[in-house]
Amino acid sequence: MYDFDSNRPIYIQLMDHIKMQIVAGAFSAGSKLASVRDLASDFGVNPNTMQRALSELEREDLLFAQRTSGRFVTADQQKIDGLRKQLATEYVQQLLETMKRMGYGKKDLLSLIQSIMEEM
Amino acid sequence: MSPVLECKDLTKSYGSTLALDHLNLTFEPGRIIGLLGPNGSGKTTLLKLINGLLQPTSGQVYIDGKLPGPQTKALVSYLPDRTYLSDWMKVKEIFSFFKSFYADFDQTRAYDMLHSLDIDENARLKTLSKGNKEKVQLILVMARKARLYLLDEPIGGVDPAARDYILKTIINNYNEEATLLISTHLIQDVEQIFDEIIFLNKGKAVLQGAVDDIRSAKGMSIDALFREEFKC
Repeated sequence: MYDFDSNRPIYIQLMDHIKMQIVAGAFSAGSKLASVRDLASDFGVNPNTMQRALSELEREDLLFAQRTSGRFVTADQQKIDGLRKQLATEYVQQLLETMKRMGYGKKDLLSLIQSIMEEM
Repeated sequence: MSPVLECKDLTKSYGSTLALDHLNLTFEPGRIIGLLGPNGSGKTTLLKLINGLLQPTSGQVYIDGKLPGPQTKALVSYLPDRTYLSDWMKVKEIFSFFKSFYADFDQTRAYDMLHSLDIDENARLKTLSKGNKEKVQLILVMARKARLYLLDEPIGGVDPAARDYILKTIINNYNEEATLLISTHLIQDVEQIFDEIIFLNKGKAVLQGAVDDIRSAKGMSIDALFREEFKC
């Protein structure tokens, strides 16, 4: 079972989660995915909703289906690297937005990040 | 192919109380549908009409194109809001009872589910806790290969871990030709397994649609929408 945000469509949250798994290498490039029903059961969602998420990911060329043997993660490493950069950029943009609201300027933010990284 | 379930102007009144008010619904196969509504909105009445346990005041209900009767009972697997089983029976006796009653009852699957939920097949129903009784009844219903499953409050009395298991059981066991109609107030726990939902209020369908479409359009979960719509 997976915890969903209450205000966004479920299939989009499933897409986001699978993208993260691909970038993190949990679903590695070129590997085969479990069946729709098994994935649906793992996430505790309706199989049709899972199907929709996977079809959308196919449209974005992150997954591809082979008619007889199932559905696979793209083997195109460049595509995955592009996705990684895109997700990271979105994440940093969100962070900057929040920091701005808290009144952090560019210099303060950079020095905060630096000091936290040094402590790690 | 005729739809799994069709309600045409379905109306039921108890004396001067109108429980269902000219309801029109059509369900295609392969869908999981949430029947949601406050207490007294007509959910159980609708399920009983589909089962032929009540007769409509006017209008009709068709299951696979047929009126409710012995033929449709073979197609419909119903979890009622209260038990009809004899509580002196052992779980395994109830299983063989079901086996003799319903040709589509898969006993192997029923035992698999029973063991996953760690319930003793030799226990008598009356010795089981409320939650475990509910689980046994749900197993009986889901172990049939029906066209239409009608579940009236299937998860009310069970703990959250068993709830997850039950939802997974529902996802894994219904097939593409079957439709599942689930009535519940515990929306938050189950909304992610629905294709569509129907909000029933005072016997009328006040909202109907695909879960993700509604979440996109309203920017909130079905649970939040329900709380807003039916605020007391």
